[in-house]
Amino acid sequence: MSSGKTVAEQILSARSGVDARAGDVVVCEVDWILGTDAATPMAIGYFEKMGGQSVRDPSRVMFALDHYSPPTTPRTKAFHDQVRAFARKHGIEVRDVGAGISHQLLLESGRAKAGDLVVGADSHTVTCGALGLFATGIGSSDLAAAMVTGQIWLRIPETIQVTLTGERAEGVSAKDMALALVAQVGGEGANYQAVEFRGPAAEALPLEDRLVLCNLAVEMSAKAAMFPVGPADPGARYARAVSLDLSALSPVVALPDAPANVTAIGNAAGTPVHMVFVGTCAGGRVSDIREVLRVIERAGGRVATGVQLVVTPASREVERKLTADGTLPRLASMGATITTPGCGACCGTSGVIPEDGMNVMSTANRNFRGRMGNPRASIYLASPAACAAAAVSGHITDPRTMGR
Amino acid sequence: MEVRLEGRARKFGDDINTDYIISSTRKKETLDEAELKRYLMETLDPDFAASVRPGDLLVAGKNFGCGSAMEVAATVILAAGIQAVLAQSFSRTFYRNAINNGLVALEFDTSTIREGDRLSIELTETMLTVGDLTTCVRSSVATRLPEPLLGILECGGLVGYLKQRGGFRTP
Repeated sequence: MSSGKTVAEQILSARSGVDARAGDVVVCEVDWILGTDAATPMAIGYFEKMGGQSVRDPSRVMFALDHYSPPTTPRTKAFHDQVRAFARKHGIEVRDVGAGISHQLLLESGRAKAGDLVVGADSHTVTCGALGLFATGIGSSDLAAAMVTGQIWLRIPETIQVTLTGERAEGVSAKDMALALVAQVGGEGANYQAVEFRGPAAEALPLEDRLVLCNLAVEMSAKAAMFPVGPADPGARYARAVSLDLSALSPVVALPDAPANVTAIGNAAGTPVHMVFVGTCAGGRVSDIREVLRVIERAGGRVATGVQLVVTPASREVERKLTADGTLPRLASMGATITTPGCGACCGTSGVIPEDGMNVMSTANRNFRGRMGNPRASIYLASPAACAAAAVSGHITDPRTMGR
Repeated sequence: MEVRLEGRARKFGDDINTDYIISSTRKKETLDEAELKRYLMETLDPDFAASVRPGDLLVAGKNFGCGSAMEVAATVILAAGIQAVLAQSFSRTFYRNAINNGLVALEFDTSTIREGDRLSIELTETMLTVGDLTTCVRSSVATRLPEPLLGILECGGLVGYLKQRGGFRTP
């Protein structure tokens, strides 16, 4: 048996105290536990049913009120009150409405570090793997058990090694890379598996691009996705190797109703767009929203008549930076609706729900039918630049053709 | 441990995501599964929920339960009286949530099973046998449920497991 380990095997062996390999089931000590307003109310129910008296280490738990931000019904308001009361009782930090998306807040806190194990009751918790740690999404019962015991059971995943090579052309974004990879690997191509991003082009990527690649890895069903901090362990065994040549990529769009339903943006050009949504843990960070403004301004600075542009910063920190540099005020002056930081319209829990028959162009990561709260709307996923191009033209447009 | 179930197959296709199982917008109003079960699979088939009979078995293609990690996707199925899901494959978060709630989630080649077929399921620690009593096709596959998964299923879910054992027992 080879001595080398994948990063997933290294981290989960260290956190379980067992020299474990892919396929083994281990019980791990958790470093960070994230709860959201969507999953924590149910977790509180499990906590009580489990006979939970106290939280093992409340300093390692954080709740974010991000999905119902702000709450729009008495029921969701009650969820928030329930989460706040539980947190107060057990000494857990609550990041309240408007603070931002749970895993974005962990990233911004600077507390999570390479080698950590992060579990979050939000499937996009995998985003944190950009820091070289193992982050995975869990449900409410796991969240409750992790609070009670400080532990979680995990099957150690096999790992797909994704090697990024080449230099991307002007106008090709991290979102294009991520969607191209989802299409290549498939919607369930990485199920039960982890992804390690390697190669010279991976090492050259800035953090915000790494976050997008890790974020979208869950759309190929990955359990975790990582940009490791060190070189691959000699002799580590990978389930398979995938390579992505960035120089061969061009802007793409994911057509309804699956993120893997990817095509070159030119193939969808001309499709009318009625709503443009800029936000979420895939496309609501500083560089994303600045890019949207840049493309719109380069193309004349006007949003097409009949297009509703909705902008939701991923966090208050993002909002603060983009207010200070004038980005959000300028977008607002063009008629954009700027909403409270958080998950926004992504899964129909807060923000703007599209009308029947609407086509939505979105920087988000999921376009399942009904995802944004209306099954009679259609969702297209693309880069911030392509979303901006759609906002200007009123239809799907290759962003490379804008403002030239 | 041994699980024996018999029921009517309710067939779905590939990539049934958690928003299809139960819409996020419904979850805004209540977390009560007894209420939410009325909307089970409503995006795909608005009449489905009303047609479910206790003991029905969900049968699906690949990647069942993909999408969000929301746990009601598993508990609403149980609330509807469905005790098991057979699928070519599951999304990992759905699989976890199913096990943690005592919903029997089994990987199996479901391609020959049709809507309405009468099925029998026998699960032991090492073997899964599914009989289609309508088409008279019966097949077995080797299966392995390591600890603590088996223990969790035996206890009817994570709640029972932790109450009984007081914590995770390292396998």
